[in-house]
Parts: sequence; structure tokens; C-alpha cells
Amino acid sequence: MTALPASTNKKLGLVIDLDTCVGCHACVTACKGWNTQNYGAPLSDQDPYGDASGTFLNRIHSYQVEPDQGLAQTIHFPKSCLHCDDAPCVTVCPTGASYKREEDGIVLVNEDACMGCGLCAWACPYGAREVDEAAGIMKKCTLCVDRIYNENLPEEDRVPACVRTCPAGARHFGDLADPDSDVSRLVQARGGVDLMPEQETKPVNKYLPPREKDTLQAPEMSGEEDVLAPFLAPVAEEPKGFLGWLDRTLEKL
Amino acid sequence: MHPAPSVIIFSTLSGAGFGLLFFLGLDPDPPRGWVGFTFFAIAYALACGGLFSAFFHLKNKKNAWKSYSQWRTSWLSREAWAAVLALVVMGVFAAGLVFRDTHFAPLGWVGALLSLATVFTTSMIYAQLRAVPRWNQAATPAMFLAYALAGGALLSGRETWSGWLFLLAGAITLWHWWKGDRRFAEVGTTIRSATRLNSGVTLFEAPHTGDNYLTREMVFRIARKHAVKLRVIGLLAASLVPAILVLAPFDLGFAAKHALAGLALLIHLGGVFVTRWLFFAEAEHVVGLYYGAHLDRQAA
Ligand code: SF4
Ligand code: SF4
Ligand code: SF4
Repeated sequence: MTALPASTNKKLGLVIDLDTCVGCHACVTACKGWNTQNYGAPLSDQDPYGDASGTFLNRIHSYQVEPDQGLAQTIHFPKSCLHCDDAPCVTVCPTGASYKREEDGIVLVNEDACMGCGLCAWACPYGAREVDEAAGIMKKCTLCVDRIYNENLPEEDRVPACVRTCPAGARHFGDLADPDSDVSRLVQARGGVDLMPEQETKPVNKYLPPREKDTLQAPEMSGEEDVLAPFLAPVAEEPKGFLGWLDRTLEKL
Repeated sequence: MHPAPSVIIFSTLSGAGFGLLFFLGLDPDPPRGWVGFTFFAIAYALACGGLFSAFFHLKNKKNAWKSYSQWRTSWLSREAWAAVLALVVMGVFAAGLVFRDTHFAPLGWVGALLSLATVFTTSMIYAQLRAVPRWNQAATPAMFLAYALAGGALLSGRETWSGWLFLLAGAITLWHWWKGDRRFAEVGTTIRSATRLNSGVTLFEAPHTGDNYLTREMVFRIARKHAVKLRVIGLLAASLVPAILVLAPFDLGFAAKHALAGLALLIHLGGVFVTRWLFFAEAEHVVGLYYGAHLDRQAA
């Protein structure tokens, strides 16, 4: 079972827009909520009001980028399982618990077979797998497999919890094997990229790089006066008239 | 990587145990009766003790038996097979020698091969991981095999053999360190390739205030200063000192020679323990880059 399928019929995955993600962590909370209340062992927390450690399938890092030109940027960087085509986490698994589905390419863990050795988490270059401390079994993003095909849910809810909840529209879900799907066209239009291509995992999930930011306040612009500047300049340094009187009176009190 | 004591003990002890089984299996005139029993008992205690401590590392032990199912793809599954087959074959071989005074040589050869295969499969669990560049090199299996053979040779009373094997293991360890210090840059994963963001990327905020499974398990950092000291201690104890003790041409009595060999063995195992600790503690997992670690190791 831990042999990878030669090819998958679909490649369901996420496209994450680093330009629009605002780092609100709403997707982290939605993910933890759904995956704690539904399929599989709940995602436990250890000492949540103290040292605060726990299992998460989706985490948001934030990076500071200082480009050669222009201003520094803060980029919020969501990271979850990329459902790789050549998933090293699957082939190392000794028990057959880890597998990649032929029908849609989703990488899953069969919790009834996992022995909690942790080797698959070592094999994943992205840190997308975590052993749950309470359950002792491997947890990872399921692409909300219990939502996307769930006919008990209204149609608009049949997407991963993180995608459904993202207030910025930074997360997109779809079939990346179909060149005409919305996600594939988005990747095409925005130059979507793979993370760590040199690790040769062939991730399905794609990341859209941040767009160029405007340069209105970039260092080379400062010093030049805007044409509107005279109208925007403060009219009086010291308050005069009624405000001035009020100010002086209050000062005396 | 987090240097878990159970895994380090496992690989040190079971390596020596399977090394001893290898030499017992190939021996043209292996020990029989009570002497044989003692040798095999030591080998099994080391090999099984090691396996047991690895078993305790599992977080869901009740499914351990399922690890026999994926030998086609998984080195960990192959290790489980090799270990059990080696122990069973050598068990039959030992029973013949101890209880029946019969030496069935071909069985010993098969058992010897399986014992080596066990050590090799253990090493491949680490060597296969591209995400841990320091392990992902040919010197990793070479080093595990050399230490197993060196320890096994001494345990089986082959002092001269063990002396040269100690030196060989030491040389391979140096090779592993030399290559290992370069592997991260060779693999080419950097914080830029990890995030695909442009020049000058630094971690601004981690995803969480506390630590997590990933940072505990995979983002272990050891001060470079200590690493150098420990490398010197490890190399001296695992290789040079025991080699000198067993190869030195003193004309000692039988008892003194055995005492010296015993001392060499203890120093050697201590040294292997130190180098194994370093093998884990120094290993950088590429996921550390996401947490702002190992930037000094990445390619420019
Ligand atoms: S991101 Fe990691 S866990 Fe997910 S499929 Fe790829 S290697 Fe496996
Ligand atoms: S932790 Fe579970 S899923 Fe991962 S390799 Fe071990 S048995 Fe397989
Ligand atoms: S919910 Fe959307 S905007 Fe918020 S952190 Fe997640 S991806 Fe970014």
C-alpha cells in the first residue's frame, strides 16, 4: 500500500496566495476545529494555557523579505501538507498506514494501522506531519476528505475548512491535474511555484508569489514633494482662535 | 534531529550484537557447549536489548506487528524482517552448536549475512532521507557497518581484526563528518527555495508561541563548540584508544590481555554512543529553515 500510484486521476490540492494572505490564522483555527470534531483522533493540546503546545495540520509562518530594491515586506506563509506526487512520507512507512489515493491524489494516514514511529514526519521536508502526543498516531492534512465529498453538507461547504473560512480569499481548492480548472488557470496567470523543488517531491499544492508592492514611500521617492503637498501641510503649528483659547485655558488649570 | 536516547542505545548495542552474530556465523570453528552458549547469549542480549529499546520509542506499540507488511518500499519494514530472520536463523544455528555439538556451516553463513543485512537496513532508514542531508550520503551505511563489525570482532575475541576495524570505522567517521558538513549546501535547500521568496528572507514570527512536535523532534541545535569537542572525544574513544589497546604488542599474560580487551570494548561502546549522539544532534532537517534554523548550513 505504501507504494505510490503510478499516476492519479485527479490532483486535488490547494493554491495559496502569498499576496493576499493577511496572517489572521483563521484557517488554522477552522482546520483544528473541523479535524478535532470529525474524522480520526482529535488534535490535542498539551498545557494550552501554559507552555501551549499542540497538534496542528496547518500553520502560518511570517517572514520578513528585504528585496534588493524597494521596501521590506512582511509575508504571511500558510503551510500544510502539499499532497506531493512523489511523497517520500508514503514510501518510508513500514505499516502501510500512509498512502496516496489513486482516485484524487490525496495523501492520508490510516490511523488504525499507524504505529507512531514518526519516520514519515522525518521524511517530509515541509514539516507537514505531526504525531499527536495524546493519541500517539500520525496526523496530517486530509484536504478535508470528509467535507469535499460530503453530500450532507450544502454545496458551498464542500471545500476544505481552511478554504471555506479564509476571509481574504487567499486559499483556493481544486483539481490541479485539469489544465482548465480555476486553480490551474490561477497558477498559470500568477506564476505559481513549488516549494523546495530540489527535494523532488513534486508537490501538488502551489504557492502564488507576492506581487510587487507599490513604491510610493520607497526611499528613492522620499524628498520629492507630491504636487498635493501644499494642500496637505498643517495649516498652523500652534492652535489659534477658539481652539487656541481652549488650549491655553486648559493649560492654565 | 532530536537525539532520543532509546534510538541511540538501540543502534549502538544492536549493532555490536549483530556484528558478533556475523563473526559467530562465519567462524570455521565456532564455540560450542557452554562457551558457545555464553557467546550467543551476549549477542542476543545486545541485539534484542537494542531492538527492545527501539520498540519503546514507538508511540502506538500495538500496531508494531504491522510493520512487517511494507518490505517492498520501506527500509524500516525491511529492517524488521532482517532482524527477525537473522535472530531465528542464528538461533537454530546456535542451538545446534550448544545442545547437539553440531556445526551446520551454511546456516551460519546465511545467518551472518542476515545479521549484516539488519545493520545495513537500519542505516538505510537514515541514509534514504533527503530531507536530512547530513544522513543522506553513502558514508552513513558504511559507518554503521564498520562499527558493527569492529565491535563484533572484539566481542568474538578477534583482537587484531577488531583493531584494524576500529581504525577503519574511525576513518569512515571522519569521512561522514567531512561530507556531512557539506551535504546541506549540496542538496541546495535554502530558506529561499523553501519559501520561494526573494533575497533576504528572515523569519519574522513563528507560527506559535510554544514549541511543537516538529521543533522538538527535528529542529535540534547543538553549539558548534561542543560539537567539535564531542567529535574529538568520540573519535578517540570509538576508534583510536581501543585500536591501540588491542593492537599494541605488549607481551601480557592471558588474564591481562583479556582485561585490556574488555577495557577496549567498554571505551569503544562509549565512543560509539558519543558519535551516535552526534549523528542525531548534528543532523539538520530542512524543515528547520522554516523556523529560521540552519541558515549557516544552506548554500549561498
Ligand atoms: S507535504 Fe509532506 S506529508 Fe504532505 S505529501 Fe508531501 S512529503 Fe508527504
Ligand atoms: S508514524 Fe505511522 S504513518 Fe508514519 S511512518 Fe510510522 S507507521 Fe507510518
Ligand atoms: S485564513 Fe486566509 S488570510 Fe488568514 S492566515 Fe489563513 S490563508 Fe492567510
